[in-house]
Amino acid sequence: MYVAVKGGEKAIANAHKLLAEDRRGCPDVDELQTRQISEQLGLGVSRIMAEGSLYDKDLCALAMKQARGDMIEAIFLIRAYRTTLPRFSYSVPVDTSKMDIDRRISATFKDLPGGQILGPTFDYTHRLIDFTLEADEQVPKANTSEAGLDDDMPRVLDNLLKGEGLIQSEAVVEDEDSQAVGDLTREPLEFPANRDVRLQNLARGDEGFVLALGYSTQRGYARSHAFVGEIRFGKASLVIEPEELGFAIDIGDIELTECETVNQFQGSKTEPPQFTRGYGLAFGQNERKAISMALVDRALRARELGEDIVAAVQDEEFVLSHSDNIQSTGFVEHIKLPHYVDFQSELELVRRMRRDLEEKNISEKQAAE
Amino acid sequence: MTQIQSEYNFAYLDEQTKRMIRRAILKAVAIPGYQVPFAGREMPMPYGWGTGGVQVTAAVLAPQDILKVIDQGSDDTTNAVSIRQFFAKTANVVTTEKTTEATIIQTRHRIPETPLNEDQILVYQVPIPEPLRFLEPREVETRKMHALEEYGLMHVKLYEDISRHGHIATTYAYPAKVDGRYVMDPSPIPKFDNPKMNMCPALQLFGAGREKRIYAIPPYTQVTSLDFEDYPFEIQKWEENCALCGAEDTFLDEVILDDQGNRMFVCSDSDYCNDRQAQGHRGEANREDEMEAAQ
Repeated sequence: MYVAVKGGEKAIANAHKLLAEDRRGCPDVDELQTRQISEQLGLGVSRIMAEGSLYDKDLCALAMKQARGDMIEAIFLIRAYRTTLPRFSYSVPVDTSKMDIDRRISATFKDLPGGQILGPTFDYTHRLIDFTLEADEQVPKANTSEAGLDDDMPRVLDNLLKGEGLIQSEAVVEDEDSQAVGDLTREPLEFPANRDVRLQNLARGDEGFVLALGYSTQRGYARSHAFVGEIRFGKASLVIEPEELGFAIDIGDIELTECETVNQFQGSKTEPPQFTRGYGLAFGQNERKAISMALVDRALRARELGEDIVAAVQDEEFVLSHSDNIQSTGFVEHIKLPHYVDFQSELELVRRMRRDLEEKNISEKQAAE
Repeated sequence: MTQIQSEYNFAYLDEQTKRMIRRAILKAVAIPGYQVPFAGREMPMPYGWGTGGVQVTAAVLAPQDILKVIDQGSDDTTNAVSIRQFFAKTANVVTTEKTTEATIIQTRHRIPETPLNEDQILVYQVPIPEPLRFLEPREVETRKMHALEEYGLMHVKLYEDISRHGHIATTYAYPAKVDGRYVMDPSPIPKFDNPKMNMCPALQLFGAGREKRIYAIPPYTQVTSLDFEDYPFEIQKWEENCALCGAEDTFLDEVILDDQGNRMFVCSDSDYCNDRQAQGHRGEANREDEMEAAQ
């Protein structure tokens, strides 16, 4: 007698055991410590924090370990954990001009107040495999300057370009304090979306997706002639003002990468020609993400700037609906779940249509004879 | 198991989130077939695995409920097992495979063959809640079309099917009009199941997690599958009966037996099929066995 497939529960439990075993790998090799991940794979941890939208290096390192290095899976673990956390308070806006700078460069000016601070970067390395890393290598200590940096590092766009009126001023809402900032994790995404929600979406968005869209603007799909006005990476302090206390409390530092782009704009009947701007921000160190985000942000301002919408990157429904890699990976991968019933329905229809056609051909043939 | 119970709230979601979802459900029930946006949360299973259904179930689930979870009509498919375990763990509710015992049934792609009653809630997992999505990709446009009851595009699509194939070529997720107003996507259930939604005594709730929409069919609501006077809506028919229980009026899954083209058909609703077999009904495959045993 035929017995329908049973035993799903047991099979799942066994699959999970096998997964745990594979994750651990060969037991002769030392188990990876999460501290090793957070200290030595820091850029990976940055990405998980940014797209998981949770600033917690230890937890993200653990997620990377549990996910066996699969970044999207690690981001997913963080998101699912984050969603259960209560909201104590919203911070006051972070002031990145007061950041403790590790790196700050501008591509638009050779030298500028505050200086070009290269910091830790791959930018000028030769991408040659360093075989000495196979063994425990000794890292020479980096030199530090005694001079120190300006506490108030001027911002290229706001402090250096704005004086002449060369750059668009960002519309600041008068009652900014009382104006609630949108939050995608608490309200559904609705269209048309405002810039706050767009930026939140991009900050959480998949690095590869945002990168490709940013790249497309450079290749002529809604080209906006972007220059990196400034990139800065460092630690910014996070301040909250609990209502019941009425004063500000510094609750700690977070590492941030910020990018502001300067983009061309033709001007209009009412506005003289001036540069426009795009903005990118990511947790930890991630310049690729911050630059890409700024390019896409600029492209998505087409409506606001009265530009024709001609490319995918300017289409906010297209961009915002597909940027989240947890949503995309879930829906793409779900087609490996059973679809017996739907497929059966299609099978039945195709067979019926083929039979109809066959009968029609036979009757036509008979009629011809 | 105990770890999850202590660290998370009843049925995983916090009470504020459940209240938000319940409000969306109430609105959905008040406007049958209308897609209510809700602030869907990230769940510990992937989008596409039924996060919308899981959130709706979590919001309506009470400790005394008896939960049944099916996928493709069966309680034993991997995803149904996983979701049932999730609620057994996080809500510690009694689970069942019997349609008649359950107070809440979460489903993916099927409606049980056993008719539902007034004390039951059927929760559907929905991938794409917008029936017009494949005709018009933009949300701003489709919401406008619903608001204006502008469903001509859908009828044109169905008409084009008929002129091209001689049939309406939609076999699952077949669009239906709820209470004479909103056209809705019944989720990818086969159109075979569409008539079961009409005047159903149970409350039917639809949750789309990734798309963040909830919609509902209140009990005893008219649900009409779209069709034309000269091409009336019809459901799938099989020449075969269920090989296990002999049922003539159920949705059948095709099971490939070998590489010689031999196959058999069995009920997709495993609980219904088992019930019938327990009552002594026999299909072809079982009868042969008994004859062999008798010899």
